[in-house]
Amino acid sequence: MSAPTLRIRDLRLGFKSWSGTFDVLHGISLHIGKGERVALVGESGSGKSVTARIVLGLLQTLRSAKISGLVEFEGRDLAKLSEAERRALRGTRMSMIFQDPTSSLNPVYRISTQFHEVLQRANPRIEPAESRARAEKALADVSIADPARVLDSYPFQLSGGMNQRVMIAMALANEPSLLIADEPGTALDVTVQAQTLRLMREQVERHHASVLFISHNLGVVREFADRVYVIYKGRIAEQGPTAALFDNPRHPYTQALLRAVPRMTGDGIPEIEDASESYFAPTVIHDGYGEPEGVA
Amino acid sequence: MSRALAILVRNPLSLLGLILVATVVLSAVFADVIAPFPTHRGAVVDFANFNKAPEWPYIFGTDLVGRDVFSRILYAYRISLILGVVVLAIAVPIGVTIGLAAGYLGGWTEYVLMRITDVFLSIPPLVLAMSMMGLLQPTLTNGMIAVTAMWWPWYTRLVYNLARSEKEEGYVLAAEVIGASKLHVMFREILPNCVPSILTKMTLDFGFVILIASSLSFLGLGVQPPTPDLGSMVAEGAKYLPDSWWLTIFPGLAILVAVFGFNLIGDALREILGTEQ
Repeated sequence: MSAPTLRIRDLRLGFKSWSGTFDVLHGISLHIGKGERVALVGESGSGKSVTARIVLGLLQTLRSAKISGLVEFEGRDLAKLSEAERRALRGTRMSMIFQDPTSSLNPVYRISTQFHEVLQRANPRIEPAESRARAEKALADVSIADPARVLDSYPFQLSGGMNQRVMIAMALANEPSLLIADEPGTALDVTVQAQTLRLMREQVERHHASVLFISHNLGVVREFADRVYVIYKGRIAEQGPTAALFDNPRHPYTQALLRAVPRMTGDGIPEIEDASESYFAPTVIHDGYGEPEGVA
Repeated sequence: MSRALAILVRNPLSLLGLILVATVVLSAVFADVIAPFPTHRGAVVDFANFNKAPEWPYIFGTDLVGRDVFSRILYAYRISLILGVVVLAIAVPIGVTIGLAAGYLGGWTEYVLMRITDVFLSIPPLVLAMSMMGLLQPTLTNGMIAVTAMWWPWYTRLVYNLARSEKEEGYVLAAEVIGASKLHVMFREILPNCVPSILTKMTLDFGFVILIASSLSFLGLGVQPPTPDLGSMVAEGAKYLPDSWWLTIFPGLAILVAVFGFNLIGDALREILGTEQ
C-alpha cells in the first residue's frame, strides 16, 4: 500500500500562556487515503480547525504552540520540512476552502487577479492570457454560466454562492492532492450550501483530490464523506464508515451528537447533557476502520 | 473617480475646499505668471515704495524693504506645497511600512517597533521639531527632515491598528493558505485595504504640515530669509501690528486658506471613502 495522502499519529497540541500550557489536542490519529473524503466532526472548540491549521503548517510558526506527534503528508514528515518547504506545499499540493467565501477573497482585487495569483503559485511564469483562459475553464467547470463577467468582478459584486464556487475552482486549480474544507458554506443559506456541496463533490472526484472535511453539520457530513472521525475535546471519540457510524453510533458522545439533530417529527430537541464523563470514554473503532499499521 | 468628483462638487463645503485648494495650487504653480513683481521673491530693496498699505499695484501692500507682499505670498505657497509633498512622500511610506510590519508580524517585532513609535509620539511634535532644528542648521531641507521625523509615527499608529484588524480577515488566511509570503500578505493583501484611510489622513495632514512648517518659520527655525515663507512673514509683521497690519493679516489669511481648504477636502474624502473612525 502506498503512503496515504495524510497520516496523523498521536498529534498533541498545547498553547503556552502565562498561566501554563493549555492543551487542545490530546493525541489525535487519523489518515486519509488517496481520493478519500474523510470528515472530522465535532462541536465548536473540539480541535477541528487547529488540526487543519497544523496540516497546512500554519500553526508551526506560532511560538506559543507546542506541537508533538507525527503529521505526514504524502509520506513526508511535516516537522522535518523547513518553513519554506511547508510553504511550497501550500496552494500547490494542498489547499483550503473556508466558511465564508466572500470574506476569503480580497475585496480590492478582481477575481481574475486573484485567480492569476493562485495559478502563479504552481507556475510563476504563467502569462496573464493563459491564466485567464484556465480560470475561465475552471469557472465553467463549477457551473458558472458567464465566467468572463465573474472574472471581471470584485468579490463583493458576486453572491455568496458564486464566491463559494470561485473558491472551489481556485482551490482545485493547481490539482492539489489534499483539499481541506473548513465548514464550507456555513455562511451560506441551506439550498445554496447543498448545491455547492454537490458541486464540490463532483469536482474533487474529477481532480482526484483527497478531502479533509471539517464540519459540525451532521447532515452535510452524511452526504459528503466516505469515512468519519468524531472528535470531542481534542480526542477522537469514534471512527468508522459514514453509514455504519450514523446508523449505529456506539460512542456516548456520537449518540448525543446525533440526538441533537432536530427532526421534523418527534418531541422537539431532547435534553442532552452539555458535558458528561461518558463522553471521554475510549475511542470506538468500527471493525476494519482502525488506523493502518495498528498504531492508534 | 468621476463619482467621487461629483460628490465633491455637490457638497457646498467640499466644493469650497476644492476651490481653495485649487487656488493655492494654481497660484503656486503659476507664481511666475501671476506675481506682479516676480523678483520680489528674493533680496530686493525698493525704499521708494516701502511699508505701503494695500493700493494698486501692491494689492496686499509692501513690506519694510518695499517688496510686494502678494508676490511673496505666491512664492511662499510654492515652498509650502513642496514641503508638504516632500514631507508626506517620505513620512507616509516609512510610517506605513513600520505599521504594517508591527501589525501583521506581531511578537517582538511589534513590541520593539511600537515602543519606538510611542517614544516619538510622546514628545510634543513642535518641541521635537524645534529641538531637531536646534541641532541642525535652520534650512529648508532640515526643516523637512524635522517635520518628517515628527510625522511618520502617526501613520504607524493608524496602519498598525488597521493591519491588526485586517489580518483577522478571511482573505489574509486564504492568502497564507495558498502559500503567500509575509511581504506579499503585508503589501499586496493588507495594504490596499488600508489605502482609503491613509489617503484621507494624508489630505487632512497636508494642511497641518503647512501649518507646522509655518510655525517653525515663525519661530525662526524654518526657511530663512530672503526666501519667502508664510510663517516668517507673519512673525516679521507681528512686530509692526497694528499699524502695518497687511504684513501679518495677508500671510496669515494665506495660511488659513491652505489649511482650511485641505481640511475640507479631507473631510469630504473621509465620507466618500467611508473611513469615518
